[in-house]
Amino acid sequence: MTSLVILDLGYGNTRSVALAFERLGRQPILTSDPAVAASAEHLVMPGVGAASSAMTRFRETGLDEILRHRTAPTLGICLGMQLLFEESEEDGGTSLLALLPGTVAALEPVPSAPVPNMGWCALSDVQPGLGVAEDEHFCFAHSFACPDGPYTAARAIHGNTAFPALVRAGPLWGAQFHPERSSAAGARFLSAFLAS
Amino acid sequence: MPAARIIPCLDVANGRVVKGVRFRDHRDMGDIVDHALRYRDEGADELVFYDIEASADGRSLDPRWVERVAEVIDIPFSVAGGIANVATARGALSAGADKISVNSPALARPPLIAELAAAFGRQCVVVGIDSLRESDGRLAVKQLTGRPEATRDSGRGTLEWAREAVALGAGEIVLNCMDRDGVRQGYDLEQLKALVAAVDVPVVVSGGAGAPADFAAAFRAGASGALAASVFHEQRIAVPELKAFLAREGLEVRR
Repeated sequence: MTSLVILDLGYGNTRSVALAFERLGRQPILTSDPAVAASAEHLVMPGVGAASSAMTRFRETGLDEILRHRTAPTLGICLGMQLLFEESEEDGGTSLLALLPGTVAALEPVPSAPVPNMGWCALSDVQPGLGVAEDEHFCFAHSFACPDGPYTAARAIHGNTAFPALVRAGPLWGAQFHPERSSAAGARFLSAFLAS
Repeated sequence: MPAARIIPCLDVANGRVVKGVRFRDHRDMGDIVDHALRYRDEGADELVFYDIEASADGRSLDPRWVERVAEVIDIPFSVAGGIANVATARGALSAGADKISVNSPALARPPLIAELAAAFGRQCVVVGIDSLRESDGRLAVKQLTGRPEATRDSGRGTLEWAREAVALGAGEIVLNCMDRDGVRQGYDLEQLKALVAAVDVPVVVSGGAGAPADFAAAFRAGASGALAASVFHEQRIAVPELKAFLAREGLEVRR
């Protein structure tokens, strides 16, 4: 069995992500060691917290450079997906990893679409090969959304605005939803990632 | 708007589920993991665990039962009761909870909400509000409702406190309409609508569910989630049938 590594930078939900993989019969390695992350067959970046503090940790540890040179499957979850882009409006403007183009923007609350966007949203425009079906519900909890673009692999709707629920760019996978909290649908998505 | 969220609430004491009467001499209803799994299997969209002992005794929430739930559950869950500082909240979130819910400690010291939001992000921070409609129609926030003899008026109005909590960093409000609690005559839709209009974060309504139509009415009134305890625990309403009913009513539900 190949190595599955979860970046553990002290975010709250690292344990939930690890447990989701354990339920799939895997034993993930939790680490903040850049060398271990660099050699991982499958690398996962969970993300709960703020973009600026996450990027500070990435730069301090050299993980930003590791991620720029990844050629093996790498999955960013929620904030971990947002970090793949160029910059974020969060915290008054934050430079991100810039592996994908565009700016992560704040969701606008409108009547019938509160922010944070919290709960189970159906996916649309789903690309094949991701273990995800059209109209399947996944669990979201976020106040910022990634820019739509050529790497969008599935969308969800907030108010009248579609935003990327999944991105895929070669070895890079990003999920705005929380697969570890998306029940059987989330488990199928994580299995598809592990099979990549 | 995401799918209508059905949220069973379980009262916990010593890592066991107890009958939903929030004072002493509670009845043991079984192991917390068994209940959590059953609701997950039935299609509950989220769970809330309320540590009634920690809340009533002023003790910190025990993260050990949170860990046991997190090991088996693959839907979001929040924990409430006995969270009065960032360290306790961190313990609960690190143990695997997705959200922490604060009520009386936030009334006692409102900056707690800002501290939690700064530490974990507002999507992790829920503020529970126990609201009582007074005889003059005023909506009043009560505190220390875990023990009837200790319950007192906070001196705050419900809508004003909700707005302040959101301004401080609350990412979700749970509105518990106390005068409807356990009565099973439906949620207080007027109060719910007023709160939904007052804040731009998700609102979960609690207190009063008696029939599937009560849930449909709450979602039409703008609730993001509907929380209930006794109708689920006493199996008066089963989650699968409830979700099928809501779907027939034209509401989006997760299948």
